[in-house]
Amino acid sequence: MNTLTSAETPSHVAAPRGDEAVAPPPVLDVHDVTVAYHRKPVLWDVDLTIETPRLVGIVGPNGAGKSTLLKAILGLVPAASGQVSVFGGSLKQHRKLVGYVPQRESVDWDFPVSAFDVVLMGTYGQLGWFRRPGRKQRIWAKECLAKVGMADFARRQIGQLSGGQQQRIFLARALAQNAQLYLMDEPMAGVDAATEQVVFELLQEMRDDGKTVVAVHHDLRTVPQYFDDVLLLNMRLVAMGPVAETFNQENLRKTYGGRLGILDEAGEALRSQERSA
Amino acid sequence: MTYTTLVVLAGTSLLGACSGLVGCFAVLRGRALTGDAVAHAALPGVCLAFLVLGERRLPEMLLGALITGLLGIATVSALRHMTRIKEDAAIGIVLGVFYGVGIVLSSFIQKQTTTGSKAGLDSYILGKTAGMIVQDVILIGLASASCLAVVLLLYKEFKVVAFDPGFASVQGWPAFRLDLLLMTLTAVTVVIGLPSVGLVLVAALLIIPAAAARFWTRRLGAMLCLATFFGGVIGAVGTLVSARYHHMPAGPTIVLVGTSLFVISLFFAPRRGFIARILRARRTNWETFAPGDEAVGVALASRVGRHQERPDV
Repeated sequence: MNTLTSAETPSHVAAPRGDEAVAPPPVLDVHDVTVAYHRKPVLWDVDLTIETPRLVGIVGPNGAGKSTLLKAILGLVPAASGQVSVFGGSLKQHRKLVGYVPQRESVDWDFPVSAFDVVLMGTYGQLGWFRRPGRKQRIWAKECLAKVGMADFARRQIGQLSGGQQQRIFLARALAQNAQLYLMDEPMAGVDAATEQVVFELLQEMRDDGKTVVAVHHDLRTVPQYFDDVLLLNMRLVAMGPVAETFNQENLRKTYGGRLGILDEAGEALRSQERSA
Repeated sequence: MTYTTLVVLAGTSLLGACSGLVGCFAVLRGRALTGDAVAHAALPGVCLAFLVLGERRLPEMLLGALITGLLGIATVSALRHMTRIKEDAAIGIVLGVFYGVGIVLSSFIQKQTTTGSKAGLDSYILGKTAGMIVQDVILIGLASASCLAVVLLLYKEFKVVAFDPGFASVQGWPAFRLDLLLMTLTAVTVVIGLPSVGLVLVAALLIIPAAAARFWTRRLGAMLCLATFFGGVIGAVGTLVSARYHHMPAGPTIVLVGTSLFVISLFFAPRRGFIARILRARRTNWETFAPGDEAVGVALASRVGRHQERPDV
């Protein structure tokens, strides 16, 4: 299995050699995860490790199991085999450190809640059973709304927001979770240019704060611009590593097969990457 | 107004209020038809309880109804998870099979036993409020109070699970169990409503107040209060109308009163109502008028519609 992990991370963040005891546990460790729906495998033996905070983009063709991988990590779909650990422990132990941005289409936007209500839901995990959000949680939720530029829309019913605005609300809810590892399912799908910029800046900021973001991404052209690492997936993990080394024609061909349109798109991305380098 | 009417009035208003409250979550979760499945699945339970007891005793018969009703829900859930059958088809199967068994049992009871005609099994199908006594009202009151207590206590948890079960799971809420609890509340409400409204129409009592309330508000809390209020009013008015005019059975009357309230909401509610939307659409030159944007026929079909995407501004 082609898994590039800590060996390729920059030396200044890598743990001291030969001194395993002081090395912090990896942010995310996925070991041999296989997922099947109705006995048909959709993910096969996926192995990956993320040692230090970074932005990881997951790309792959339709039906490659990108969303399924996120859901398997989060325990939302049962894995036929394999283990997942976050920050050296089980997901159950570290729930509060893990945030999630589902696909926008996964919920009913006609649900009778305001943008603020949805963001406030991000604090529920910290509250525990029966306790209602109080002043502290409300102030925090407002801050999170402001961070995505949606402070003025707090009282809107969520169905009255545009697609991009809805996506920002989901991001604000994730911010309100105050997690260390975020899994995001297509946070930039179908959003307007302004939102894409907001999301991009937010991801940078999160990484600078020492948070890790693993996001399913659909636009190959923007992969080099947005992410540190790329994970190429097509049922199996094709390759994972720093964008500069891993995001190349050969790996893309292995991931997408002979679909030329995609390769042209990627070629364009690679050329622009070279130009900027 | 006679004492009997007052008792019945208290019973049906409480029942309506409880249905309104619990129905909100069922409707928002896209589970409105679960109530229908429970109601039909309850019939064999009622019959079996009667066969065991040999006489008509309401609490035991309702317990029987609750047991087979929950068994019906469990079967729907199992069919959905273990086969490729979708939820609506699973509900259709369970509803038909359990109801069929119930009808067979009930005709067996009525033909074979001497007390059969006294079982009053017919009233479970179409509903009969005339026989309601104080004990029945106490039973409805206790069940309603329990439902209210659960909803107040778990409001936050129900809200996040109903809106986004995946996200709720990631936060550590047991989404599946909370869903089961919501379905149990639905089942309890349906079962206490069976004797007065009847199994054919009790699901409507669950859906209509919630669907009507949805037109008047954009907040879950307000929707719950409003649906509870609407449910109570529907129950009371329906009972009064059926008491005033003889030969008008209570169950259908209550449901028809509810339907009137729903139609009024559909047309006249501010913002979400039909007329408000047409006026708004005219003002903004049809730009914001997206068909399917708000529940119209969708609410009638007992599900709150998936939101139609509007182009980004």
